[in-house]
Amino acid sequence: MNLSDTTVKQIDEVITHYPVKRSAALPLLHLVQEDQGYISQDAIAWIATKLELQPINVYELVTFYPMFRQKPIGKRHIKVCRTLSCALMGGYKTCSEFETQFNTKKGEISPGGEVTIEFVECLASCGTAPVVLIDDTLHQHVDCAKARALSDQIKAELKAKA
Amino acid sequence: MPEQRRIIFKHIDSPGYTNDIACYQQNGGYETLKAAVLRKPEELIEEVKKSGLRGRGGAGFSCGLKWSLLDRKSGKPIYLIVNADESEPGTFKDRYILHQDPHQLIEGMMITCFANNVKQAYIYIRGEFPEGARILEKALAEARKANFVGSNIVGTTYSCDIFVHRGAGAYICGEETGLIESIEGKRPYPRIKPPFFPAVLGLYQCPTIVNNVETLCHVKHIAAMGGEAYSKIGTPGNTGTRILCVSGHVKRPGYYEFEVGKLTLGELLNDVCGGPLPGRTFKAVIPGGSSAKILRFGERFKGKRKVGAEMQDYDWGLDDVPMDFDSLAMIGSMAGSGGVIVMDDSVSMVEALANINAFYAHESCGQCTPCREGSLWMKRITNRMVLGGARPEDGALLKNVADQIAGRTICAFGEACSWPTQSFVLKFGEEFKTYAERTKDSSATLATTPLV
Ligand SMILES: Cc1cc2nc3c(=O)[nH]c(=O)nc-3n(C[C@H](O)[C@H](O)[C@H](O)COP(=O)(O)O)c2cc1C
Ligand code: SF4
Ligand code: FES
Repeated sequence: MNLSDTTVKQIDEVITHYPVKRSAALPLLHLVQEDQGYISQDAIAWIATKLELQPINVYELVTFYPMFRQKPIGKRHIKVCRTLSCALMGGYKTCSEFETQFNTKKGEISPGGEVTIEFVECLASCGTAPVVLIDDTLHQHVDCAKARALSDQIKAELKAKA
Repeated sequence: MPEQRRIIFKHIDSPGYTNDIACYQQNGGYETLKAAVLRKPEELIEEVKKSGLRGRGGAGFSCGLKWSLLDRKSGKPIYLIVNADESEPGTFKDRYILHQDPHQLIEGMMITCFANNVKQAYIYIRGEFPEGARILEKALAEARKANFVGSNIVGTTYSCDIFVHRGAGAYICGEETGLIESIEGKRPYPRIKPPFFPAVLGLYQCPTIVNNVETLCHVKHIAAMGGEAYSKIGTPGNTGTRILCVSGHVKRPGYYEFEVGKLTLGELLNDVCGGPLPGRTFKAVIPGGSSAKILRFGERFKGKRKVGAEMQDYDWGLDDVPMDFDSLAMIGSMAGSGGVIVMDDSVSMVEALANINAFYAHESCGQCTPCREGSLWMKRITNRMVLGGARPEDGALLKNVADQIAGRTICAFGEACSWPTQSFVLKFGEEFKTYAERTKDSSATLATTPLV
């Protein structure tokens, strides 16, 4: 496992937060996923060793908690809220608009590798529906026009970086 | 129009207010904690009992009573866990506290910890709040540096640290025993009660308090003003203020803080939120998060209720119902998490239920057969209806499935997933009967805004 120094430091720190090592399983999964992009079989084995657990104890978390993934995703992660308050305000249309903009389907990496689009459940911002979480940033009132603007912005940012 | 009374949300979205400790202290922050640690812990618990505070996470359980149930004789360390999972659809109040006023929560937590001799506290924050988690980490570092959190706080011999623990996208982590399993590094499978009441056998099998973010913020204000004074806010049995989160089809959705029970549903939706969207009329409302039973506009509720010491008759339209724990329970729903979801006449109830059922089918943890299978079948039936395969008897079938879940499961998710189906079919039965007929000629769903 090729973890950055910062990640290794954070891992060693977070383990001290609990009287029982196993409790650090979720924090470690988050840190490793942020570092590596996804949770590989190697990562599962590594975390298990680190916490003195069996690999199955870590694997069963990866398969249960929706935020952990076992495959890489696009460069940006677009999570569109699917739940009632957002749906009432057009969340399904917002999601389709993103799919159209990147010529992709939910759960896949877009052909240019730019994004992975996903439906997620209520993001606890129902009063500003429809909402979308792009990586760590929440965007509110995302109707189709705003979805197009955000898509253009993502494309421009990725182009500038390349 | 009834005035908001901002206690918890006093500084939310107010210009110039920032989430750092300097700003918090300029506004009187941490003075209550400083005063609280000079008092006897039992006195603080007594203040919370006197205040009548009821939990804001969903069940409305007495906070003072919860604390008094803690097993203090076992000699085991006592833990406090803040439930910042905020995952009940329709609820979005804790988000603002965590992002904009994290020190209010930290102060409420430290008062709670001191009062209950807590050894270690955790904030369980949902995984979808990455920014919130960073803000909390920063606020905690500031509070440690200022000696409000950590060893020997404000010059006392009392020590207690707070750590942030992030969830990872599972709704069931909001259920307190599922949450505890999750902090223990396991799948969040809720535990069976009895024997696993958190107050006795909680985190690491030690006595544990689990309280909602908003609840613990109220504790700070109770310690500041005294339980007696707090109990005069709101209405008897439903004291204090609470934050109502309104979403869906109203002109002005958002958060509003009112004294509990001093405002009716009609005032909230028509006066405060500006009424329905242009050209529409209200059809239905879910008053306490998506698990709460739906209410239909035009319904009337009659019965007797206790007002002060006497029994009085009530005869309410939906608009007349006071927004408090007891009134909403009396009319067959619940105040729950304070999430009010409004639907107007453009919505098909079959499609709205299909949306809700998809949520519960996705979120059942799968331990109990009635919940795992029932939530899945309810989703399949409503999906089939919406996708063109509706049958007149589907409403009855849905009710049949839902009726076999509640009361037969380990945790209250069983009720949470069956109440929507039961209440939708009960109150809008004719829509379920005629859905097939009405969708026969149209290629797609009834509404122009898809819900599934
Ligand atoms: C399925 C389910 C989900 C829940 N989700 C939450 C939640 O997201 N936030 C919360 O504070 N309480 C939630 N609760 C309630 C908690 O179990 C617990 O009662 C609450 O955190 C206690 O805090 P309080 O007494 O301060 O309200 C949930 C309960 C159930 C059954
Ligand atoms: S009722 Fe549902 S969510 Fe709760 S423990 Fe059983 S299967 Fe899990
Ligand atoms: S329903 Fe989308 S944020 Fe709550």
